[in-house]
Amino acid sequence: MFIVINGYAQTIEVCNTCAVKSINEAIAKSKPFGKIMVQKGIYLEHDIIIDKPLHMVGINNPIVDGEKKSYVFIVKSDSVTVSGFTIKNPGQSYTKDYAAVYISQSNHFKFENNTLEKVFFGFLIEKSHYGTINNNQVSSNAVDQSSSGNGIHLWYCSNIRIENNEVHNLRDGIYLEFVKESEIINNKSYDNMRYGLHFMFSNHDEYHNNTFTNNGAGVAVMFSKFIKMTGNTFTQNWGTASYGLLLKEIYDAEIENNTFQENTIGINVEGSTRITYIRNNFIRNGWSVKIAGACYTNNFKENNFLNNSFDISYNSHMNDNTFNSNYWSSYTGYDLDKNGIGDVPYRPVKLFSYIVNKTPETIVLLRSLFVDIINFSEKVSPVFTPDELVDSTPLMKPIQ
Amino acid sequence: MFKILKYSFYDLMRSSWSYVYFLFYLGLGSVLLFLNNDVSKAVITLMNIIVVLTPLIGTIFGVMYYYNSREFTELLLAQPLKRSTIFIGQYLGVAISLAMSLVIGLGIPFFAYGLLQSTEIFNFLSLIIVGTFLTFIFTALAFNIALSNENKIKGFGYAILLWLFLAVIYDGLFLISLVVFQDYPLDKLSLTATMFNPIDLSRILILLKLDISALLGYTGAIFQQFFGTNLGMISSLAALLIWVIFPVYRIYKKSAKKDF
Amino acid sequence: MIEIKNLHKKFGKVEVLKDLNLSISSKATNGAIFAVLGPNGSGKTTLIKSILGMVIPNQGQIEINGQSVLKKYHYRNDINYLPQIANFPSNLSVKELIKMVKNLRPKPASDKNFIQLFGLEPFLDKKLGNLSGGTKQKVNILLTFMFDCELIILDEPTTGLDPLSLINLKKIIIAEKQKGKTILITSHIMSFVEEMADEIVFLLDGKIYFKGTLDAIKKETQQTDLAHAIATILTKEHV
Repeated sequence: MFIVINGYAQTIEVCNTCAVKSINEAIAKSKPFGKIMVQKGIYLEHDIIIDKPLHMVGINNPIVDGEKKSYVFIVKSDSVTVSGFTIKNPGQSYTKDYAAVYISQSNHFKFENNTLEKVFFGFLIEKSHYGTINNNQVSSNAVDQSSSGNGIHLWYCSNIRIENNEVHNLRDGIYLEFVKESEIINNKSYDNMRYGLHFMFSNHDEYHNNTFTNNGAGVAVMFSKFIKMTGNTFTQNWGTASYGLLLKEIYDAEIENNTFQENTIGINVEGSTRITYIRNNFIRNGWSVKIAGACYTNNFKENNFLNNSFDISYNSHMNDNTFNSNYWSSYTGYDLDKNGIGDVPYRPVKLFSYIVNKTPETIVLLRSLFVDIINFSEKVSPVFTPDELVDSTPLMKPIQ
Repeated sequence: MFKILKYSFYDLMRSSWSYVYFLFYLGLGSVLLFLNNDVSKAVITLMNIIVVLTPLIGTIFGVMYYYNSREFTELLLAQPLKRSTIFIGQYLGVAISLAMSLVIGLGIPFFAYGLLQSTEIFNFLSLIIVGTFLTFIFTALAFNIALSNENKIKGFGYAILLWLFLAVIYDGLFLISLVVFQDYPLDKLSLTATMFNPIDLSRILILLKLDISALLGYTGAIFQQFFGTNLGMISSLAALLIWVIFPVYRIYKKSAKKDF
Repeated sequence: MIEIKNLHKKFGKVEVLKDLNLSISSKATNGAIFAVLGPNGSGKTTLIKSILGMVIPNQGQIEINGQSVLKKYHYRNDINYLPQIANFPSNLSVKELIKMVKNLRPKPASDKNFIQLFGLEPFLDKKLGNLSGGTKQKVNILLTFMFDCELIILDEPTTGLDPLSLINLKKIIIAEKQKGKTILITSHIMSFVEEMADEIVFLLDGKIYFKGTLDAIKKETQQTDLAHAIATILTKEHV
């Protein structure tokens, strides 16, 4: 289709010394499926409405400055491609979601190699399908949640591919609400006020190989179904309500080969059902996994739990959640028959983690001899922790 | 003082107990590092052991050394020496030789393992610092107990009790009172309570190295302020220093008044 | 030489020294040996330790050569003291111990003579923990006498010595006396005291009960030997 379009293409060049000096003018003059080449320079323009299929190329990184007035680019047509721009300073408002790029009811868009700076919202995409956001940088200097927006914000979209982007210092790095069948791959989301990635009411989506570092909380997946999460890294999400991954009211998710390192809570699970956790690494978190509310059929298999302050915390019934063949660095059992599986079951919930749940200040007693003693006595004869909460086939060596 | 220190130190360095203590750390360090091949885990295990063991050994050695060298101390008292010179010298001799066993015993396996290239060097250092502080504190407490009790059996009893109290019972009471009074704001109280127990203080220093993420996340603003900034590190170290200075000062005072 | 005035010492509720006054001095160039005697608990050791500064008196004054010694320590450089029980750091060798004590006292020492006298050469490199009680006592005596001091205090010096060493010890004591030293001895062995002492200081219930020459005490109690003289005093007191 593209080749056909290019065949008809007519190119308009924009620069300070050209016949066409503004992007708005170029769009007005361009025919559908035309190409606009914007040369290096600073363009003080806002509300640039792209209402026809266009191919816009920034040459040598032209800067489009919205002067904090309104939207910068507004896409209202299918098949719009924008690449090579620096877009900055959209307006900031408590009533309107001003964005550097606003895409509404437009399909087959493609934004590549752009830099969005000092944005309120970066990409704000509504009711659009089959788009690609690839290799962009989105950043702001958010200081509080109410006066900042999201980096890549999707609402009622489907089949969107968000790849190789870097989003930081925003409220949510990437936000998805009512988004279906989309993929989020290989992005880096860091230093955001709230979440690195946030799913709401979104089903059948996937995210792979992303890195979420030092966000208010890493990733929140809420009220969503059939989400696949593989190969992601969640690190250094520290803070009072902080976690690598929050699962809240979600069903049928797969969480595989992720690394959770140095988070207050690796995964916080609330009321989630039919989730499988396979081959993830939990390294030096406060809690690896914290399970609250009614959770059914959560299966943990072949994960590595390495040097976490607490492995698992539970405040509800065991239901039919299972732990099988995981490696626990705090396991002290033996393997007489040398089959690589410990002969004594491992109990991942310690009595002390119950106490800390009830009285958080007791955390200052972590790793004290007294706590070891009460944990040991609980291990020998469980009174407070669910009897069936065991990994009966703990591994002797971590899974590579 | 330096002369007394030197001779006490030589005396102890040649005692088989020092070797046993040294070999224990050497063995423990080697086993944890080389058989496990997981430095982080080794450091955590070592920290758990050091926090409990160095106070125990410090108290027992301190008391034992004092009582065993009582006659020799009398001989020294008849020499033209100040009393504080004799006792502080002996105290330093014991504390330094114990600390040396710890530092060298753990140092050898760590260096053999290639510590200098690894990122664990700071964990190793805090391990050594905490262990040394605890040795100095509990040896000083032991000398205090021994100076105040002529009866050897009683002295030993008090020393063991002191260790048991600070290592276990204190935390038990602490935990129970936190749970009982959980409806009140407890963060200041619990931080204050840790300051009054050198073992808890050392544990806090270790937590600062290992579990800081967990602590930062789960607790209130005061904890965040304490653990999240250098305040925690500095005040814990300062408190540990006070825990050394105070008992040593008391050795000084007590020994000046005591009859032999 | 030693002047003790109104000395009081209590251990808990027990009053060991009650207003003790004592003056000890040897006449001119001749040395003198004073034996401090008294029943158990009469305060002999407390008195000696007070002089040495090991026991701190509640009240009173102790002067040596006209200088108060309370809360001082330099004066001990001029006192040789032989403690009752000898126990040394068990992991040091005899040689090291001698070196150490010499190190602690800034004055010349004649340790070589005594090593020879007591036949201690074979033990020099042995650890003190491995020595017999008698050998330890010899080391103890050596440490006491190797310095040249005006005042010598011996607390039960005969304990654990074999006959030959005892003879040697006596020789040493007499030699020291002839050098003009003042020697203070406590002992339970009356024959030893009778043989050695010029003057007797008899302590009873924390006070000086008697101070005078051997002959004086015998005359006063009308006994021919010291042991009986002492016995007479004690029975008289308790009747």
